[in-house]
Amino acid sequence: MKRREWVWGWALILPALTFIFLFTHFPAVMTVINSFWSTPRGRRPARFVGLENYERLINDPTFWKVLTNNLWYALGTIPLSIGLALLMAVFVNRPFRGRALARMSFFTPTVLPLIAVANIWLFFYTPGFGLIDQILGVFGVGATNLLGQGGTALPAIMAVAIWKEAGFFMIFYLAALQAIPPQLSEAARIEGAGRWTIFRRITFPLLMPTTLFVSINAVINAFRLVDHIFILTGGGPDNASSLLLFYIYETSFRYWDTSFGATLTVVLLGLLCLLAIGQFFLFDRKVHYK
Amino acid sequence: MKSDASRQGREIRIEGIEKCWGETTALSGVDITVPAGSFTALLGPSGCGKSTLLRIVAGLEAPSSGRVRIGGEDMTQRPADKRNLSMVFQSYALFPHLSVADNITFGLRTRRVAKAARQARLERVAALLGLGPYLERKPSELSGGQQQRVALGRAVISERPVCLMDEPLSNLDAKLRHAMRTELRALQRSLGFTMLYVTHDQVEAITMADQVVLINEGRVEQAAPPHALYETPATSFAARFIGTPPMNILPATALGEIGARAEAEAGCALHFGIRPEALRPDPMGMLKMHVTGGEYHGADALVMGRIGGTEALVRVPGKTLPSGGAPMSLAVAPQDIHLFNAATGQRLDRPISAAQALASNDMAQATTVPDLNQI
Ligand SMILES: Nc1ncnc2c1ncn2[C@@H]1O[C@H](COP(=O)(O)OP(=O)(O)OP(=O)(O)O)[C@@H](O)[C@H]1O
Ligand SMILES: [Mg+2]
Repeated sequence: MKRREWVWGWALILPALTFIFLFTHFPAVMTVINSFWSTPRGRRPARFVGLENYERLINDPTFWKVLTNNLWYALGTIPLSIGLALLMAVFVNRPFRGRALARMSFFTPTVLPLIAVANIWLFFYTPGFGLIDQILGVFGVGATNLLGQGGTALPAIMAVAIWKEAGFFMIFYLAALQAIPPQLSEAARIEGAGRWTIFRRITFPLLMPTTLFVSINAVINAFRLVDHIFILTGGGPDNASSLLLFYIYETSFRYWDTSFGATLTVVLLGLLCLLAIGQFFLFDRKVHYK
Repeated sequence: MKSDASRQGREIRIEGIEKCWGETTALSGVDITVPAGSFTALLGPSGCGKSTLLRIVAGLEAPSSGRVRIGGEDMTQRPADKRNLSMVFQSYALFPHLSVADNITFGLRTRRVAKAARQARLERVAALLGLGPYLERKPSELSGGQQQRVALGRAVISERPVCLMDEPLSNLDAKLRHAMRTELRALQRSLGFTMLYVTHDQVEAITMADQVVLINEGRVEQAAPPHALYETPATSFAARFIGTPPMNILPATALGEIGARAEAEAGCALHFGIRPEALRPDPMGMLKMHVTGGEYHGADALVMGRIGGTEALVRVPGKTLPSGGAPMSLAVAPQDIHLFNAATGQRLDRPISAAQALASNDMAQATTVPDLNQI
């Protein structure tokens, strides 16, 4: 009898397991394996090369360039978009006229398709007659090429990302804010706490689980960005705005160097795992779960 | 802890308070004076506006008109954090991420009381409320009664002259509620603050309060000490709200000739109010009841029946439960007959001699002493 139950259990989860193995675990394992083999080309089959691909990676200046870019990108976008999201959520959580409109307009960037978003910003950034240059033109500043210059290409992409992510994260903060009973801030007010004290000592600590969730998502998103780059800069100029995943895409599918692509992917996966685990440990003591 | 003069309670005056939300009127023309250092209960059925009134006093809600004075100062425009009062919420509103100690000292911290003083006061309050062993726990790790003590601790540690409570005991079981009633009352006496206490439970109001303010549909029905509320209800609503089972309200027409004479003397339609415990079986009694049923309660019993077609209840000793269908003669003492204007519900203050005829002569000397524990 015991044995039969055991079989039933496995039989029931088998379909789900199959798909997980087929589409998640199998490709992940294959990626790791591929990274130890050379890329098969024409009549030359793949051969085992050991750590050769990793050696190449360490000596690849472009890898280091996109990794640094990615770190700057993460550092620049994550805190800003989370901070902005929190600010917007607190703002639209209070009753005022046109609150629904404000909520909707904050959230709009998120529902727009990525390609549309990138196109809108492409128009903003167009040298000469883009929105930004038209505004700057009023103050007598000449044409700029924000996307085309090494120094400004990455920040220009970061601005788009912040604009898009903040609205998305705001929804999580808004939901969390509405789950906090209003009596808590009323009790704090009676105890003599002003707005800022209530936020610092009550609201913000109670939002910690959301902050953890949002920041893990933000980190993953920061290392997952390709689509904006495609449309806005194509990674240029001179890889100034290329990020890790974009580089992986280019290596694997443009230059068809799949095993080096696999090597880069393994590094990216490792990095993401480390960051996620690190965040859990960092936050764990500060997060109050209900 | 009754350390200095500032510990003394302050008087609360509520003057002509109205509160409307669009079409709905929650409060209209509410005037209440809560004497300094007293325990005043706001009592009334659900939805009558008790919480709204308390929140207006606390400054969490602005009245549509009228003023709130605390200790003589007009507080109507003052924000909640500047009113120098404390409040216990029905849901306790403990901060879930803070320990018990931090919850209790929250207000002291926002007022930048030095750490040593904070600690000393925390220890005194924790000892007073028996919270010593739980100071490091989170609220979610406490029982309902313990959470309630923490909420009380947070309210009393600040030593404010006024404390507001909104049904603080309603989440507790009957036994704990009974214990907390006594404790709360003792705490208020020893600390000397002015207490405004919201409840819909008449037992709580009557056993704890110096003054009970009975509210109905946003108006004050009666504000009086508990015994006055029971003995001389100002309206037929108050008469029926206080006391279990409620007072019998008999239209004068149910009382035949005596009723008609009383109405003629009063010059208006009358309701006779007689408590079930004031009626007693007596073969010589003037009131005739047609018994329809009975309920045995152990120490006593309730007899249900009709007096002149109107439903009525009589409380009798447990052993003397009469059988249904039988007629029953009842006697009542003259001071136990309450008369109300049938149209307005107001109590008639002048004596109506015709109504006294209901009480037979030998009952005139007997007095019913209300037993408050039985209410
Ligand atoms: N924010 C609000 N908007 C509109 N109407 C309200 C609001 N708050 C309360 N009311 C109404 O005001 C009336 C009084 O409400 P209140 O909460 O003061 O009742 P209560 O006496 O405390 O009742 P309970 O014993 O059930 O707590 C109710 O009819 C309620 O529907
Ligand atoms: Mg209420």
